[in-house]
Amino acid sequence: MVAIVDYGVGNLFSLKSSFAAIGAEIVVTDDANVLKSADRIILPGVGAFGDAAEKLRKTGLDKVLIELAAEGKPLMGICLGMQLLFDKGYEYGEHDGLGLISGNVKPIAEVIPNNLKIPHIGWNELDFKEDCPLFKYLNKGDCVYFVHSFYAADCDQSVIATAEYGAKLTAAARQGNVYGCQFHPEKSGNVGLNILRAFCEI
Amino acid sequence: MITKRIIPCLDVRDGRVVKGINFEGLKDVSSPVELAKFYSDCGADELVFYDITASSDGRKLFTDILCETAKSVFIPLTVGGGINTVADFDRVLKCGADKVSVNSGAIRNPNLIYDAAKLYGDQCVVLSVDVKRVDGKFCVFAKGGRENTGMEAIGWIKRCVDSGAGEIVVNSIDTDGVKGGFDLEMLEAVCNVVNVPVIASGGAGNIDHFIQLFKALPKVDAGLAASIFHFGEVKISNLKQEMKKQGIPARV
Repeated sequence: MVAIVDYGVGNLFSLKSSFAAIGAEIVVTDDANVLKSADRIILPGVGAFGDAAEKLRKTGLDKVLIELAAEGKPLMGICLGMQLLFDKGYEYGEHDGLGLISGNVKPIAEVIPNNLKIPHIGWNELDFKEDCPLFKYLNKGDCVYFVHSFYAADCDQSVIATAEYGAKLTAAARQGNVYGCQFHPEKSGNVGLNILRAFCEI
Repeated sequence: MITKRIIPCLDVRDGRVVKGINFEGLKDVSSPVELAKFYSDCGADELVFYDITASSDGRKLFTDILCETAKSVFIPLTVGGGINTVADFDRVLKCGADKVSVNSGAIRNPNLIYDAAKLYGDQCVVLSVDVKRVDGKFCVFAKGGRENTGMEAIGWIKRCVDSGAGEIVVNSIDTDGVKGGFDLEMLEAVCNVVNVPVIASGGAGNIDHFIQLFKALPKVDAGLAASIFHFGEVKISNLKQEMKKQGIPARV
């Protein structure tokens, strides 16, 4: 069973539908016991880093996620959910993340040429590490759908995929059993579904 | 490299896609769900569902259909038509829309874009604008292009972006339906003043028109069309191949 963490951030409709489409059993929950009993966990998120991190702390879900990650349960963050996995986020100030992957979340404006539009929105090609189990069903040149203005920096060790947008932006990262995708697999057609399928098989 | 997006637009009334459509291998061509799946499989990068229903019953059907589509099609979905309030945003976002496009609603209620962007983020709010030349000036038209608002278009678009519109669909009434190519002059004027994605609409008649668009105006992010895709005059897979061949970044 895949548990999608419900902490009042973002729209879970597409995420639920895409797991259903690949035949995965899913539950959307904010209950620590349900999260503990799940085989794997998805941390979604849309919006601003500070607000979302605060919501995780207020509900106490931050501690639960840290504990379960330490036990070795596969955990994947998506979009803002991915950014929350890092040490710190610099969106409207400085905020603490979950610290499950080493690195910091910074504005893409700092690294891309100023003639490029922000957010980085649309389909972009993934340059991915072929030996990563998350990408076992992917082919070279596959594209995924991005919408973001911030990116994970200072995390060279954990980067498993990048996308070229005036700079090599972190598209996915992994530290042990903790994975993060900056793009939206639930909006990336069959390529995205195959990433979710691979996560369910980790 | 970010790819240039190709976006088919589906007009939906009372839960059915309108306009005669001719597709090989598709049994129910007026089922939005079937057509959305078909386009997604052909390589469409995004879909626009435009609700042209007038009745509340039809609106309910529309949201049901949207839900059903979003359950089986996993590419970004934009919904437009009848979006006048933040409650309308909420209604379609809950049914699986990723972005919401506003047109006349933003003209009637100048706070709509700001309020919606605050709640859902700029990336969720698309301004769709119908523009026509009147006495050599670009003017904003409302009510499906029937009513001249008297507003100058470029200034209006800029104000909407400042309020939080995260993307602009520029529909040229002058080139719409003519199939003589996109309105490059109008699109360039828009690209010069905004730094959010610009989606070109109105005038595409063949594959070359898309190639011309992306070559002449590298700042344009996407091309939108309806009937040429619905009637099979342009096949999206062929269009993508040609884009790639011509060095235009495309997802194939």
